[in-house]
Amino acid sequence: MRGPAGGPLALEYADFECPFCAALSARLAGEPFRRAFRHFPVRSNHPRAWAAACAAEAAGLQGRFWEMHDLLFADQGRLEDPHLWERARALGLDLERFESDRRSEKVSTRVKRDFESGIRAGVVTTPTVFAGGRMLFGEIDVVALRALR
Amino acid sequence: MIEPGTPAPEFTLRREDGTEFTRADLEGRTTVLVFYPFAFSPVCTDQLNLYEEVLDDLHAQGATMYGVSCDASYSQKAFRERLGVSIEQLSDFEPKGAACRAFGVYHPSGFPQRAVVIVGPDGVVRWGYQAPTPAELPGANLIFDGLAAAA
Repeated sequence: MRGPAGGPLALEYADFECPFCAALSARLAGEPFRRAFRHFPVRSNHPRAWAAACAAEAAGLQGRFWEMHDLLFADQGRLEDPHLWERARALGLDLERFESDRRSEKVSTRVKRDFESGIRAGVVTTPTVFAGGRMLFGEIDVVALRALR
Repeated sequence: MIEPGTPAPEFTLRREDGTEFTRADLEGRTTVLVFYPFAFSPVCTDQLNLYEEVLDDLHAQGATMYGVSCDASYSQKAFRERLGVSIEQLSDFEPKGAACRAFGVYHPSGFPQRAVVIVGPDGVVRWGYQAPTPAELPGANLIFDGLAAAA
């Protein structure tokens, strides 16, 4: 969860290889939402999305989820393993732990749980945002989103 | 579209290897037929990519999924390989749309409606859903709801 306490909730289903997700994330950064992130990696669409999701969760186990989230969205052309290690290093993570965590059952279960929650909620594409009791997807207009508060 | 409780109609589709897929192939297991308008079109791409992610869960429930369109088998195979998905494709190419018509999911403009039909192991249609417009992608949750309703 990030954003101002007491702000309206925006729940984002996204994947780190999805350019529309990165764009939406950047636009939401200046908005007063309290944001929660759910992984929705579709592997045949985005082959590195799953690995990137696990990397973010592994960083999260060291308290740096959102920092990794931002670094992943900031450079979507570089999502191979060495690029993930670079980011982990830049964040000062314990690399060995990061490496074993991101391949762990615990982390993949977490990512799968997010994905399944999205399926149950009817998510079909990324980005999808739930806010004010509505589901928005595709070209999400931040002005419209703001109106849902 | 075909009503739940109705026996599946007689039809002939072509598998990717050119062999026939008929009503008899529906018997003995639950089948999820995903009718989609066109190979390589944008929504169909997202749809197969999304459904690929839930195949394990479908298999766990004893269901087998097929994609059905009026494209030729070669086009369907190229589409499937391009996406990197494993959902087997069935072609309704000749006579064009005959199986889609039999299931009541042929769009007046000459392509399959975006629809999902679940057929039980006894060959009886258990559940069906047709998207309000072909541009709308039915969530995979609907398929699981359909399977639960069909059980």
